Amino acid sequence: MDSAHPARGPGDRLTGLFWSRPKLLTALLIAPPILWLGVVYVGSLAALLLQSFYSIDEFSGVVVPEFTLKTYAELLVPSNYDVILRTVAMAAAVTLASVALAFPVAFFAARYAKGRWKAVFYLGIMLPLWSSYLVKVYAWKLILAKEGIITWAAEGIGAGNLLNAVLAIPVIGGNSLSTSYIGTFLVFVYVWLPYMILPMQASLERVPTSMLEASADLGAGGWRTFRSVILPLALPGVVAGSIFTFSLTLGDYIIPQIVGSSRFFIGQAVYSLQGTAGNIPLAAAFAVVPIVIMLVYLTVARKMGAFDAL
Amino acid sequence: MHSDARPPLGLTLAAIGGLLFLHLPIVLIFLYAFTTEDRSYQFPPPDLTTKWFGVAWNRADIWPPLYLSLRVAAISSGLALVLGTLCAAAMARARFFGRDTVSLLVVLPIALPGIITGMSLRSAFAIADIPFSTWTIVLGHATFCIVIVYNNAVARFRRLGSSMLEASADLGANSFQTFRHVILPNLGSALLAGGMLAFALSFDEVIVTTFTAGQQSTLPIWMLNELVRPRQRPVTNVVAIVVFMATFLPILAAYYLTRGGEETAGGGK
Repeated sequence: MDSAHPARGPGDRLTGLFWSRPKLLTALLIAPPILWLGVVYVGSLAALLLQSFYSIDEFSGVVVPEFTLKTYAELLVPSNYDVILRTVAMAAAVTLASVALAFPVAFFAARYAKGRWKAVFYLGIMLPLWSSYLVKVYAWKLILAKEGIITWAAEGIGAGNLLNAVLAIPVIGGNSLSTSYIGTFLVFVYVWLPYMILPMQASLERVPTSMLEASADLGAGGWRTFRSVILPLALPGVVAGSIFTFSLTLGDYIIPQIVGSSRFFIGQAVYSLQGTAGNIPLAAAFAVVPIVIMLVYLTVARKMGAFDAL
Repeated sequence: MHSDARPPLGLTLAAIGGLLFLHLPIVLIFLYAFTTEDRSYQFPPPDLTTKWFGVAWNRADIWPPLYLSLRVAAISSGLALVLGTLCAAAMARARFFGRDTVSLLVVLPIALPGIITGMSLRSAFAIADIPFSTWTIVLGHATFCIVIVYNNAVARFRRLGSSMLEASADLGANSFQTFRHVILPNLGSALLAGGMLAFALSFDEVIVTTFTAGQQSTLPIWMLNELVRPRQRPVTNVVAIVVFMATFLPILAAYYLTRGGEETAGGGK
């Protein structure tokens, strides 16, 4: 402060200091959140990495705090490797299905919804996204149960045999929908769908109408315009959405635990290993797998320009 | 845009079908809370009753998890409000070295699957020998709630711009007076919205919590246990409605608080 405004108290003196050294205030503001995230989050991630390089003594069950790659080697044992493959396959299937289901909703919301309908679509996508995850999973437990609404509806329209035939398919079928991979898949798609719709809608909103008109003027039909104009321009949004659906499916353990067969996904392996089994190093190594997969995925996605649509 | 074009019928039906797919399952929870059948998920319910609300109210094992969830959500969203706002203020003030790293760091806890955040914290507690407590749950929740408040606050800061702050300084206000009389009133509704969303997110969180709670039980953990080993199913349905409303109402309120701005709440989850 200059002499025309003499400092009246500590507040004014500090203001003068901030004025002459603006970086000081920025540093003071950013310090608490950075300290928190640095210590609690980055610190924990480091602890996770550290634990994954430890191993467990097979006889005593005690964690041996010495550097080793033994725990990572255990991931390649067929039973563990299967868990990883199963999870990645499910994540890929869920992502593809989400793209197909999300497209009409995102396209309609981006192109045709106006005024009141725009708000309806916005809330209609946002509310399921935010509402309780566990309640959503639970709702599907009710829907897919053997005595539940799907069986009732299938029998009502005379498709009971069709449902049984689907459930009789080996591997993906099961005793009822709620104990089969089909059930797990449906719940995953349901729960992550809004995460696909939103970035897709954002990128579709940026496709200029003039391009669609130009395409039509040049004689392209609806399908041709979709394939050659809309899809390439919407691709960054699709990739951005797939980051969510893929990553969230890789790391989830509640859904396959509640709806699905008893065969493990990565998340369930992590949870049971750190809990009852007490094998924190192997649990940590399992948890590193989705991180590595996502890092590869993100690198590819960045090359495709997916982050402009976030 | 397409002011004259009408959407193809198939597209309209598919879009509305998609919205229904997102909403109908939740409606079912409400129906099941009134069923008289308490041993299976039979549909249609044989008969309807309201007795389960009374039964749930009198169940002693529901109240302690509810209190714990409320306490954790209150403390976590409070912490997230302070840390998220500070971070947004710093990011709005200046371009500084490491800015991109900071924004990545804020988003990461919610961008990576919960199991990684959970397992990381669990590893850290094991290494540092920290016993489970309310505070271990809060550590996790506050960490992933920061981004919610941050997203709401940073958009509002951007809209606020610097001219008002300069005007305030020209009129002789010091930094603290400017904060109290200019920044806070302008930020108010965005912070309220962010705080409520953070509260909803924390109240409902289950994945990270299962790694940081030890033997403690929050309401979502109580629900999870009931799902794995059901006792009175309709009571679980009643609790599900409570959890649903505890997340639904703050979201709706946050939407109306920030409506019309570019920062409309929820875009960041």
